[in-house]
Amino acid sequence: MEVILFFVAAIGALGGAIGVIALRNPFYGVLALIVHLFSLAVLFLLLTAAFVAAAQVVVYAGAVMVLYVFVVAYVGGDAESAWEPIPGQRFLAPLLGAALFVELAVAVLSSSLLALGQDGPHVNPGFGNPAAIGYLLLEKFLIPFEASSMLLMLAAVGAIVLAARREVPEVAASGSSEHSSEAPAERSEDPLGATAHPGGAPS
Amino acid sequence: MSIDWYIVLSALLFATGAMGILLRRSPIVILLCLELMLNAGNLALVAFSRMVGNQQGQVFALVVMVVAACEVVVGLGLIVAIFRRKLPLDVDELRELRG
Amino acid sequence: MSATTWAWLVLLLPLLGSIAVALGFRAIPARVAGIVGTASVALAFVCALAVLFNLLGEDAEARHHASALWTYAGAAGLNIELGIYVDQLSAFMILVVTGVSALIHLYSFGYMKSDEGYHRFFSYLNFFVFSMLLLVLAGNFVLLIVGWAFVGFASYALISFWYRRATATKAGMKAFVINVVGDIGLVLAAFLIFQQLGTFDYTAVFAQAPQVFERGEWTVTAICLLLLVGAFAKSAQIPFHTWLPDAMEGPTPVSSLIHAATMVTAGVYLIARTHVLFYLAPTAADIAGFVGLGTLLIAGTIAIAQTDLKRAIAYSTMSQIGYMIMGVAIGAYAQGLFHLMTHAMFKALLFMTAGSIISAMANIQDIDRMSGFWRAMRFTSICLVVGGLALAAFPLTSGFFSKDSILAYAEARGGIYTWMAIGGYVGAFLTAIYTFRLVFRVLPGEPCKEAQHLIDTGELYHGPPVNPATLEQEDTDIGFPGAHHHTAEQSWPMAVAMGVLAFGALFAGLIQVPGVDNVLFGFLDPAFADSPLAAIHPSVGAEWRGLVVGGIVSIVGIALTWLIWVARPELPRLFRERLRPVYLLCLDKWYFDEAIDLLVVRPALAIGRFANDVFERFVVDGLVNGAREAVGDAGGVVRFVQSGFVRSYALLLIAGFAGLALYFLLSSS
Repeated sequence: MEVILFFVAAIGALGGAIGVIALRNPFYGVLALIVHLFSLAVLFLLLTAAFVAAAQVVVYAGAVMVLYVFVVAYVGGDAESAWEPIPGQRFLAPLLGAALFVELAVAVLSSSLLALGQDGPHVNPGFGNPAAIGYLLLEKFLIPFEASSMLLMLAAVGAIVLAARREVPEVAASGSSEHSSEAPAERSEDPLGATAHPGGAPS
Repeated sequence: MSIDWYIVLSALLFATGAMGILLRRSPIVILLCLELMLNAGNLALVAFSRMVGNQQGQVFALVVMVVAACEVVVGLGLIVAIFRRKLPLDVDELRELRG
Repeated sequence: MSATTWAWLVLLLPLLGSIAVALGFRAIPARVAGIVGTASVALAFVCALAVLFNLLGEDAEARHHASALWTYAGAAGLNIELGIYVDQLSAFMILVVTGVSALIHLYSFGYMKSDEGYHRFFSYLNFFVFSMLLLVLAGNFVLLIVGWAFVGFASYALISFWYRRATATKAGMKAFVINVVGDIGLVLAAFLIFQQLGTFDYTAVFAQAPQVFERGEWTVTAICLLLLVGAFAKSAQIPFHTWLPDAMEGPTPVSSLIHAATMVTAGVYLIARTHVLFYLAPTAADIAGFVGLGTLLIAGTIAIAQTDLKRAIAYSTMSQIGYMIMGVAIGAYAQGLFHLMTHAMFKALLFMTAGSIISAMANIQDIDRMSGFWRAMRFTSICLVVGGLALAAFPLTSGFFSKDSILAYAEARGGIYTWMAIGGYVGAFLTAIYTFRLVFRVLPGEPCKEAQHLIDTGELYHGPPVNPATLEQEDTDIGFPGAHHHTAEQSWPMAVAMGVLAFGALFAGLIQVPGVDNVLFGFLDPAFADSPLAAIHPSVGAEWRGLVVGGIVSIVGIALTWLIWVARPELPRLFRERLRPVYLLCLDKWYFDEAIDLLVVRPALAIGRFANDVFERFVVDGLVNGAREAVGDAGGVVRFVQSGFVRSYALLLIAGFAGLALYFLLSSS
């Protein structure tokens, strides 16, 4: 039973990952990632990490992915050009990915960790439930807990500052409002942005 | 299942995420691949936590999640800012910082 | 006070005079500067007399003292003191130097009166006297070199005194460069001495040298040859002599002081001082003797053909110094120094009279344009005749006794040195000829227009200010000689100086008449008692024989000159045409300047050009620019990496990580 669940979840995770990197439309990529995240939550449950699985679903798939959906909806998705400006990238990337995987796998599997071939020690039924995690968070890992909350606040403030609408004087004084209304239309005809943008496309 | 399956799976997911960063040009997709890598790390952490027998790995995974959330927030804010300035959303086009 | 204390005073006074005049050149009026300069040297002469009397009051054996003020340089193995050495030789030299210098300062007081650089002149002149005294009084080789170098500088400063004249500055540089060549020889000799003997101090060196070196050993010969390089450069012997005629660009008092009486005798002093070493290196001594002989003959022939008054006297100086060098090289130390003293007097006198005549000629120095001065300037003419007689070694003048004492010694030594004596007599004949050629050109005959002007109006002829060598017009501002000139008849300081020297030129030889008195040699000989050569004394009969031969040679020479230049004035022109190659050889100074230009100057310039065009451009610039380009290229290569593509950065990152992991995996397996 456990084995079947593992393989299903593993295939789901892998499929989602491959979908993220292969699908052209970013929206479909986001959806693939959601599938991946759900599969991972199942894997977490298999590893008796109930709270982490729940957090994965609620926080990651629930909040972070919703953010992604909003941004993709706002920004839209352009098809990427087929021409590769960096020589050798298309060839080296799969190579390096494979190399990375092999090395990591070999590193772990050929290490002398005793527990590798086994299922792990017997754990109490309350392993990984919210109470246990809560105790750890508030006793042993209080400072990382507080620090991460501070980090969240900083990130939120930073994002607001970055994305705020600024009073930037447009270079072409005529038609600033027409620009912003025309922009989506322009961009759908001109996927590469080859026409002059006031922000300036660097050559 | 023994733990090493999970770890091998984590390695595979990590490598997939790395390959995706190298291959895709849209910043949004690159961020998604980053998420892949982070989650692969989380999986490894939780697996090791199960292997060792205490929950410290899980707490670590929670904190990683928090950090990933922050990074996504800032990254997406950047993307929105780039989009607002009508720059092309393509990392190969955005290359003014070079020698 | 002891002799050494007076000697320190002798050193100090001219230095103070120089500094005082230099620092106060705006504050002190010109006449005061002249008085200060002259008085400091005159007082130094008085102190030198005190040194002499102090020494005379001691036993002949004990007349040498060393005195040091402080340690000049003391470090690993070196112990050089600021020390002087007072013995008969240095006492003699300081007397000659301060005595003649004082008279020349007096002469300059009148001669340079209207020159704009009056203060600078006296300051330099005093500094020169100080340097020469330092050279002569030094008690170790280091201080000798210091004095040697200072004298070279003073010579340069005074030759190019009229610094806006291009010919003067070039002559100054030429003198300085050739002097430096000599300095190199001297310094290398000092290094060798230190390496072999471990000390620079005179007393120690001269005491140890006979024990450390064998007679004729190559080390001591090398030392002496290097010393000779220095001596020849300073004393204008062949082949280092080409600077002396050009040095006549300096004012006449400078020519008379530095280039007749004192600086050029430094080489003679050097050989006399280091006679112990030269005794141990007979080869070097013989080379010096023959160089002296050669110089005296060659310079004599050149002097016969010169038309510039001062240059003719300069070649005469070169020739007479050849006598002195020959003398001290073969062992006639006291005799050579005797000739040094008499030569200082009559040569300084000759230059002073030349200065007076040139002033009357409005700065023209060409003897072909001078005539009839006997009627125009009687006192100057008498001085010229007196000096000429002494130079030509006319019987009973000072030059007669001194020159022939050297030749008598050479004969007494025998062997090849008899040839030196014969050559010396030939040289004496040439001396008589060229000296009286000058006298018979300038003095008798119809007065030239400048002399006529002087006779008619009693005023000096005023010509346009010209450069006497090139005859081009020049300015009269500072850096040039002024528009006014002074002769001995008009300026009493000049007349007094010339009178005293004329007296000396006539009668100074009487202190050393063979068989009659032995004042000078008796005083000087103990200083050279450690050399067996000095013990050779010609017999009184041999000396008188030499004197008679010399007298005859001199009288015959003067008579022949009278015949050629006065009685039959067409003869010189005839000789010039018939013996044209010989004439040209002598006129062009035996082509030494051209030879040096070809052998030394052109290769040096070629090396410089090579260094600039080839070495500098390809090697040095190549290295530097090559390094620059290499760095730039390396940067260019690295620049490729910073492409701006985020994905390529990521690629490099992951590739690096993969490589690192591979390394660790492999190394741990």
